[in-house]
Amino acid sequence: MRHGAAGATPRTSNRLLTTDYKMKVLIIGYGNPGRLDDGLGPTLAERLAQCDLPDGVTVDSDYQLNVEDAQAIAAHDVAVLADATTNGPEPFSLTRLQPAADTLSFSTHSVTPAEALGLAVQLFGADVKAWVLAIRGYEFNAFGERLSETARANLDQALEALTDMIRKGQFSEIRPHHEG
Amino acid sequence: MVSAKKTIHIEPVTRVEGHGKVSIQLDENNQVTQARLHIVEFRGFERFILGRPYWEVPVLVQRLCGICPVSHHLAAAKAMDLIHGVEELSPTAEKMRRLMHYGQHFQSHALHFFHLCSPDLLFGFDADVAIRNVIGVARKFPDLAVQGVMMRKYGQEVIKRTAGKKIHGTGAIPGGINKNLSTEEHDELINGFGDMPGIDQMLEWSRGALKIAKDYTLDNLDSVADFGSFDSNHLGFVKEDGAMDLYHGNLRAVDKDGNKIFDQIDYQTYTDYIQEEVRPWSYMKFPFIKSVGPKDGWYRVGPLARINVCDSIDTPEADAELKEFRKATGTACCNITMAYHWTRMIELLHSCEKIKQLLEDADLQGEELVRTGERRGEAVGLIEAPRGTLFHHYEVDENDQVTMANLIVSTTHNNVPMNRAVQKVAADHISGQAEITEGLLNHVEVAIRAYDPCLSCATHALGRMPLDVELLDASGQVVDHKRT
Repeated sequence: MRHGAAGATPRTSNRLLTTDYKMKVLIIGYGNPGRLDDGLGPTLAERLAQCDLPDGVTVDSDYQLNVEDAQAIAAHDVAVLADATTNGPEPFSLTRLQPAADTLSFSTHSVTPAEALGLAVQLFGADVKAWVLAIRGYEFNAFGERLSETARANLDQALEALTDMIRKGQFSEIRPHHEG
Repeated sequence: MVSAKKTIHIEPVTRVEGHGKVSIQLDENNQVTQARLHIVEFRGFERFILGRPYWEVPVLVQRLCGICPVSHHLAAAKAMDLIHGVEELSPTAEKMRRLMHYGQHFQSHALHFFHLCSPDLLFGFDADVAIRNVIGVARKFPDLAVQGVMMRKYGQEVIKRTAGKKIHGTGAIPGGINKNLSTEEHDELINGFGDMPGIDQMLEWSRGALKIAKDYTLDNLDSVADFGSFDSNHLGFVKEDGAMDLYHGNLRAVDKDGNKIFDQIDYQTYTDYIQEEVRPWSYMKFPFIKSVGPKDGWYRVGPLARINVCDSIDTPEADAELKEFRKATGTACCNITMAYHWTRMIELLHSCEKIKQLLEDADLQGEELVRTGERRGEAVGLIEAPRGTLFHHYEVDENDQVTMANLIVSTTHNNVPMNRAVQKVAADHISGQAEITEGLLNHVEVAIRAYDPCLSCATHALGRMPLDVELLDASGQVVDHKRT
């Protein structure tokens, strides 16, 4: 979904941002909604798109990151790539992303966030501050279009933090203490 | 005392993601005694479909794979057309689906060439892993890399305009399609939009990609002809006149010399010709041609097989390339594994030509989107997905609920051939080596990559690594470890 298309998303009364918002921000929530908590990324994108966002904020979702996302990342000032994490800290972390220098793919057709940023820099001259929003999930090993209760609670906190950063136009790392 | 007998495993860290594991058994003299590709596949998805209303299935099955959701969407829709009682779609519906399908082939083949294949071809199988990757291609061949990205994106834009959206597309519904192509969408795909070039630039880039694959194969024919190669049967769709058709046709199978095993078979009767065998060491089934038997009846699918089974291609440039391919390889049926790359690029060009043909057809703006007919209880939907023939077979009860689902995906058809390729390369390149280097292991991966197996279905959450390589002795102790 691309936020900003006329009538594309429902509006709410919760206006987040002022009209002088200058940054171009891209949020990509990715994962498979048919594999339980792997749907955290797309669900975040879906809920974020229902907020009242200014024209400078684009929300997109897909099953996986892929090479063409590099071009989209390069066209923005800030990019947040949101995915479920199987073993990251609870409830979520937001970490600054560095472009990949030497990754190798076997036969997986998707790209990692670092690869996507690396391609954005290498091919499209990206000057973008990119972040990975990793939301902790717990149930992945089955088919089903639902989130676990704990994952949904983690998503609520991640969404609140992300919308607050978008509103302020300021993004900073969040690294909860990880005991795992 | 630890035995000198060793097993090399190439595998991912976890089993959550659909993935492959290669195990290579060495004896005390470092001779390969056995090499196998194990693919973990979630058969549970078929059970997930049971009980769902049949009209939901074309959308639901897209959850199966994040790489080829369009192929599953269309194969399921073709089966559900028949369940819905519709034997023949309206011209608008048929052509919109074809446009979606050729968009899928175009983006998938472009992605494979750029992201997975080109690092091996451009840098060599033994090149340092630090440069033999997509970022390395971007650094050394930036124009080619940009073309790869834009071609993949163009295909995705075709899909978006025909399926409705990138994720959870709803374009194909039982009996037809839920939208036509607007004139604005048509103009964008013809002329381009924003930074995206139009169809003529895509054709030009397709010719360039094909030339790279062709030149590589011809320039290295002596070495690639035997690399992971073996004689096999081949299976694919053909039209009634024997021409290639990636969306719809009848089944044809040929043997290693191109002799027809069966021809013009209505795929509704596929169970009379194809059988699936279970083996204890793999999660995957092993399909084979019944009349030939399980021992010798296995076959290849995908670009090489489709080129081998067809008599011609119904677009001029791709047909000329088919003739050149046959002349260069010198046989009616090519069994060179590495020729998958060349044939895949012939199909890339064909798909681009078909997209242009379809965009010039006013039926895409037609108004008859859906037809209805008399409901039936069982149907099969087949399509030539980018990686090969995709089977969807369903039974639906009087309450419109799915009671049986059987899916045979392309990677399953190619299961035995990929194992053969692994065995061949391991025996030729790893046997007798005192040390197993990254380059040697990559030889095995190159042979598997030629088939473009889809091992990344369904889940990819952060924290999953694509591959782990372990060298184990007979007692299971790790004596070497590499993460790729």
